Amino acid sequence: MAYDKFEVLTSTAYPLPTENVDTDQIIPARFLKATERKDFDINFFRDWRFNADGTPKADFPLNQEKYAGSKILVGGRNFGSGSSREHAAWSVYDFGLRCVISSEFADIFKNNCLNVGVLPVQVSAEFADKLFAAIEADPKAEITVDLPNQTVSLVATGESESFVINGYKKENMLNGFDDIDYLKNIENEISAFAETRPF
Amino acid sequence: MAKTLFDKVWDSHVVRQVEDGPDVFFIDRHFIHEVTSPVAFLGLESRGNSVVYPERTFATADHNTPTINQHLPVEDALSANQLQALENNAKKHGISHWGLGDVNNGIVHVVGPENGITLPGATIVCGDSHTSTHGAFGAIAFGIGTSEVEMVLSTQCIMQPKPKKMRINVNGKLGLGVTPKDVALYIIAKQTTSGATGYFVEYAGDVFEDMTMEGRMTVCNLSIEMGARGGMIAPDQKTYDYIAGRAQTPKGAEWDKAMQYWETLYTEEGAEFDVEFNYNASDIEPMITYGTNPGMGIGVTKDIPNASDVEGGVDTYKKSLGYMDFHEGDSMIGKKIDFVFLGSCTNGRIEDFRAFASIIKGRKKADHVTAWLVPGSHKVVDQIKEEGIDTIIEEAGFVLREPGCSACLAMNDDKIPAGKLSVSTSNRNFEGRQGPGSRTLLASPLVAAASAVEGVVTDPRTLINA
Ligand code: SF4
Repeated sequence: MAYDKFEVLTSTAYPLPTENVDTDQIIPARFLKATERKDFDINFFRDWRFNADGTPKADFPLNQEKYAGSKILVGGRNFGSGSSREHAAWSVYDFGLRCVISSEFADIFKNNCLNVGVLPVQVSAEFADKLFAAIEADPKAEITVDLPNQTVSLVATGESESFVINGYKKENMLNGFDDIDYLKNIENEISAFAETRPF
Repeated sequence: MAKTLFDKVWDSHVVRQVEDGPDVFFIDRHFIHEVTSPVAFLGLESRGNSVVYPERTFATADHNTPTINQHLPVEDALSANQLQALENNAKKHGISHWGLGDVNNGIVHVVGPENGITLPGATIVCGDSHTSTHGAFGAIAFGIGTSEVEMVLSTQCIMQPKPKKMRINVNGKLGLGVTPKDVALYIIAKQTTSGATGYFVEYAGDVFEDMTMEGRMTVCNLSIEMGARGGMIAPDQKTYDYIAGRAQTPKGAEWDKAMQYWETLYTEEGAEFDVEFNYNASDIEPMITYGTNPGMGIGVTKDIPNASDVEGGVDTYKKSLGYMDFHEGDSMIGKKIDFVFLGSCTNGRIEDFRAFASIIKGRKKADHVTAWLVPGSHKVVDQIKEEGIDTIIEEAGFVLREPGCSACLAMNDDKIPAGKLSVSTSNRNFEGRQGPGSRTLLASPLVAAASAVEGVVTDPRTLINA
């Protein structure tokens, strides 16, 4: 599934400081019945965004006008725990977000994000708190995520932190490539390996 | 250098190491189900790729399936559509498919081991995080996303950085009424839901050695709930006895050859782990959760902790208790419940039904409790009948349903209504997991049975027929 390249992104951000946000909240199971990738934007955080009658919950950050159009979400610690449903990462992307920042990510969610073109940026707990405070003080506070230099910074103050991503995944994100392109290129090596398996 | 069990299995499946990147990791066995595979097949086809090793992929329908009247057409149009898509994709690409009603059908992590597809030393993936279950056999097994499902279909590999290594030792003897589920919930409560993030866990010590294969599966199944990618237990005679003679296990000379490999699968003396934890069996009692993640668990006789006594943010903790409509200091014992769910890939095996039956035998279900008893597979159903457990279930006023994931994730009609409280033997108590607004208490089959009979959260030790 191709995605747009990611280089440097400057944007305001949605704050979601709740910890342990799980994939059942990001995309509830009842919306996993599709056989195609569609409507994941509408159902993103469905039960936290909307009441049972479909009216939006005014106090949920994704519904608040002051953050509208942000391409970054700053989430609480242990973001994306739970299921392996890639639908969660699709809904992040399809909602219009390109980057999630948190002090800790669940493994599978992080992996899925990287595979669909969402950059998971892990920062220190202190820096995450700084980001939350800056957004609280000014909902229009901008954050720059610079992938080539692996830094995330607050535009207003210039405060910045570097983040880790392996060279291979970074190259993929910069170019919009995915793993299948790589694996298909080494098909012969894989089939030779398969021959050696005992079962 | 001395190697761990995990190193041995991982390293022998690395096709190549990408510089400053992940390993190209070969997958022996791949399970697919109706929910996370359709988009992978679309991707495969849109790129003009084919399934390279169809004999290494196995399809079963489970997440979306009804648990009554499986012989009738599936009423929910979207579910029916997904089930059809799975069948069509499997047929088209030459993949074996166990649809609704097939004798081999059931929850993917129950039918894999039953049919001998799960083997020691294998690498196993599935688009489902509880794939960690298969680690009970000394396999490296973990959940993957749909992009990775497509990778496995089209190349039999995925690209994965090697996780760090954790060992969890539990020694001693478990007390009366303490089951593998309690051991797992205890460990998760200690670790929190993110304590093992980035790690692959090996479980070692008396408690796991003494456990049956079913119990080991329950423990490995729950590894993901503390953030671990997976968990594994070294294979032993019990493992070999379990797999011997099953439909897809190697036979004759191939078995002997495989056995030579399997006998090398243990952690060598002096091998190093990045981190190691030790717990005592005697500290573990029957467990129950009280919040909205599996790490929020306590001994069933304990009170809900105060926010100041738990790790993590106070706001998040209060939000969680608010959702559950519980308060700090509440006792769990005696809370009135509405539903009981026995089933899922965590506790839907024969041993779980035996445990449940041992408590309800000669007693009656509380009138106000709705109970869903959902076996993990048709083979489990057959065994329930063979052992006469179905009679015990009926005499106590319960009904046995047909296999599937059911109320574990409530994608079918088995949804706990908003506000209702359920004691569930499944693996997740997230907000709305068992239906929008549902409230879930995770527990063992013994706690579930005792609570079903009494109508309130109950310590099973008070009902164990000595
Ligand atoms: S029973 Fe629950 S956890 Fe297990 S495979 Fe089904 S949905 Fe996933």
